[in-house]
Amino acid sequence: MRQDPWALRRQRHLSDEALVALVARGDETALGELYDRVGRIAYGIAYRILRDERLAEDAVQDGFLAVWRSAATFRAERAKASTWVVTLVHRRAVDIVRREERRRAEPLELTAGYDAPDPAGSAEDEAWLGFERERVLRALAMLPDAQREAIELAYYGGYSQSELAETLGVPLGTIKSRMFAGLARLRELLDETETERTWTPRLTS
Amino acid sequence: MDAEAHELIAGYALDALSPDDRARAKELLERSEEAREELRAFSETTAAMATATAGAAPRPELRARILDAARTEGQTVVSLDAKRRSRLVPALGAAAALAACAALALGVWGLSVSSDLDDSRAALEHSRTAAAVLSDPAARTVALQEGDGRLVVREGGEAVLVLDAIEPAPAGKTYELWVLDGETPKRAGLFPGGEGRDVVPVEGTVAPGAQVLVTVEREGGVDAPTTAPVVASQPV
Repeated sequence: MRQDPWALRRQRHLSDEALVALVARGDETALGELYDRVGRIAYGIAYRILRDERLAEDAVQDGFLAVWRSAATFRAERAKASTWVVTLVHRRAVDIVRREERRRAEPLELTAGYDAPDPAGSAEDEAWLGFERERVLRALAMLPDAQREAIELAYYGGYSQSELAETLGVPLGTIKSRMFAGLARLRELLDETETERTWTPRLTS
Repeated sequence: MDAEAHELIAGYALDALSPDDRARAKELLERSEEAREELRAFSETTAAMATATAGAAPRPELRARILDAARTEGQTVVSLDAKRRSRLVPALGAAAALAACAALALGVWGLSVSSDLDDSRAALEHSRTAAAVLSDPAARTVALQEGDGRLVVREGGEAVLVLDAIEPAPAGKTYELWVLDGETPKRAGLFPGGEGRDVVPVEGTVAPGAQVLVTVEREGGVDAPTTAPVVASQPV
């Protein structure tokens, strides 16, 4: 692969959405750039669900290939491009965890420790990620326990609503309404604390 | 939307639905703008949850693996099949183009706050045109016979030249774009180069059979090219 001395400037130059538009035209370099921006978060969530490096890598790869194939269907008015990528990787990770039935052997874990920061990341990236992590954890901590449990087990654990109803021994309808109430409340809490991001983090390098 | 619909969208955003419910959620999203709006907001929330998990970086091999796999799949991604295209074209009309423009404008130029207002306006206009062309699924990609990159042309002839890693123009010089349709090249804009990935809207339109060329000229541009082209597209 050709070494790319321009990567840094390029990242500043184009928005995530513009990169997806280039990916839709078969531009591999743009796919690489998108990976450089979102890859670490995508890997973070995949690893959180799968607890296995190989499987997490598979989920990230499948997700980015889904980006590659379906970039032409991306609609900027539906979601931010980075959100769209994370959504595709999350979906793959959930598919894999359900197929592998991995976590059934493990006890339910609600507040597992978060991974250590990446020593190779830039100070700016680390500061931003640290800030975001704090903000999200603080908001999650403010949710009623039952709601937090429902959305954490779903999003971080990959459990479906019916699996949760069974595991927790509560009616399916209760799980559904907890998830909605929890997510709606979390959204409010995050909206209240959102600050403008003044730089574009470089999340992998 | 009723309570059940709200719950369906929340479950969808968390990837927690059974296959049946998932199908129902998709159907709901097809027909309800309100549901799509709610999913958009919930997706930003779940993406924030994902950001909180970012820790150690993946192994560097993963990047190469992904790009290799994409390369192996090759160009299937470029040719939208006819059915998809006919569905996409109306859907990706004015609204999508505008949204893409806004996103592109913010992302591209949000950082250059120090540039003066006129520059920012020109830059915004520039990125709007580029986004509209690049996000049009009906636009064609035309290869270059000289230079590294591609030309993307919409049906009406609106075009954007995408150049990979072109050097900055030498001091006192500029890159000048030309549309060659017949004998006389027509001026089609100036750009400095050196942005890493230069995305340059072509002024005017590019008719079928015409070519887009780039030459190095003195600052301010000239009326007719004085040097050999450093970039030349195939005929459109």
